[in-house]
Amino acid sequence: MSITIKNLNYVYSVGTPFEKQALTDINLEIKDGEFVGIIGHTGSGKSTLIQHMNGLVRATSGEIEVCGHKISKDSKDLGKLRQEVGLVFQYPEHQLFELTVAKDIAFGPKNMELSEAEIKSRVKEACELVGLADRHMEKSPFELSGGQKRRVAIAGVLAMKPKVLILDEPTAGLDPKGRDSILNQIRQLHRQTGMTIILVSHSMEDVAEYVDRVIAMDKGKIILDGDPHQVFSQRETLLAVGLNVPQITELVYQLREKGFDIPDNIITIEEALPWIKKNINK
Amino acid sequence: MIRDITIGQYYPAESVIHRLDPRTKVIMSFVFIISLFLTTDIRLYLAVGALVLGMARLSKVPLSFMLRGLKTIFIIIIFTVAFNLFQTPGTQVWWQWSFLRITREGVLSATAMAMRLILLIVGSSFLTLTTPPVSLTDAIESLLKPFEIIKVPAHEIAMMMSIALRFIPILLEETDKIMKAQLARGANFEQKGMIKKAKAMLPLLVPLFLSAFRRADDLALAMEARCYRGGKGRTKFKPLKYKMRDYLAYGLMVGYLGLILLLNWAL
Repeated sequence: MSITIKNLNYVYSVGTPFEKQALTDINLEIKDGEFVGIIGHTGSGKSTLIQHMNGLVRATSGEIEVCGHKISKDSKDLGKLRQEVGLVFQYPEHQLFELTVAKDIAFGPKNMELSEAEIKSRVKEACELVGLADRHMEKSPFELSGGQKRRVAIAGVLAMKPKVLILDEPTAGLDPKGRDSILNQIRQLHRQTGMTIILVSHSMEDVAEYVDRVIAMDKGKIILDGDPHQVFSQRETLLAVGLNVPQITELVYQLREKGFDIPDNIITIEEALPWIKKNINK
Repeated sequence: MIRDITIGQYYPAESVIHRLDPRTKVIMSFVFIISLFLTTDIRLYLAVGALVLGMARLSKVPLSFMLRGLKTIFIIIIFTVAFNLFQTPGTQVWWQWSFLRITREGVLSATAMAMRLILLIVGSSFLTLTTPPVSLTDAIESLLKPFEIIKVPAHEIAMMMSIALRFIPILLEETDKIMKAQLARGANFEQKGMIKKAKAMLPLLVPLFLSAFRRADDLALAMEARCYRGGKGRTKFKPLKYKMRDYLAYGLMVGYLGLILLLNWAL
């Protein structure tokens, strides 16, 4: 089992007027090699939850075990765990700091105290994984475009060869082309390496298209957990908490309401296409 | 971890002190600070301490919040006490060892100094704890207005202060975020040795500076886009207005100052 979370609770700023229960009774199991999407409104606790998974935030109560490491309030030396769980934050390009792209990507592996040669090969490999061309290696990371910077930042995490990769809104602020290309690269990564991937996203379409399992959160609780078809069939529940179904699912829903013959478990355009064609040709 | 700084931390609550005009509170803080330097009498400091405690009750800000500011100046207090304790010449020597000696005067002045410092910090934290930063800068702008005759840029100073204050929580949050991101990449901020320590801070400082400049740039652009052109002819959304309670507070303040002077002279 890759990640096991039992009865996790987290309270912010305990003992101040700003005290706030951010997570309530989270129970979760994520198996090795899964591709999981977490959806939820701003402030629903997604980011807090994923930060628990590599010990950046410590639970107020409950148990977490990630890749065989138990994380508790007083566990020290989480270095090993953080190598195994790669966390890519929102707008990760804001964490770049080195003189060259290659050096920045090497920051993680260097902290692991690997040999020069190993670091070099890891940097090269990570760049290939995110589709970063060789000619950028000696440039300053600040010269690159937004999408390229983000690739550098993601490569910086991948170079640590994590077993679990967590991405917090990796496509925020990118144009549609950049978004598709990053998500495709992540999918490819999942297929090639069998890495466990957790993708936090605001976009129902992205989640529907890419992940194998969806977890929906609201007010610090998990409200739905299942494969995308299951979760997105709960239209009413999702709408009630300010989330949504993918646009194509909404379209299909509206069409079915109007009496068209379309099944109700459609979440991608590819799935909808034959049924829409069939209805037009009638 | 980085949230231990009290200055600039507004504590929202409903109290008389929260409702006072910010100008009243600024002037009262000034008078309070001056009053602490008018005397060195420990008994008076005890009385002022009781007054501060009473005010704290009145303001509904928990005491633990007020005392938090002391943590940052703890070292300074220790030093002040130590110097005063061991280095004050006096008539009654209680203890001596080479150049260190404790005298009656030394003990008295060390106690007085410690009390003065503690009261200074706790008393002046009232202002920032009970006044939102925006009102605070409004007050400063309004109080500096008369000095515009001698070319004091009152509005600009106030604007700079409000921007600076506004950015403290943002930069703290940003620091926290970048720190976490670098920790996730295996950074270790607790290195031993000066050079190593400084080097370990680079992955934090470079992105933080960049982000500060980026934000400053964005803010300047946003202000220009909304036709900001300085303070001339600018009106306020909520103009400051003195109420009955402010006049009452000023009255009490004059009374307090008079009492301190009188007692200091009499005792």
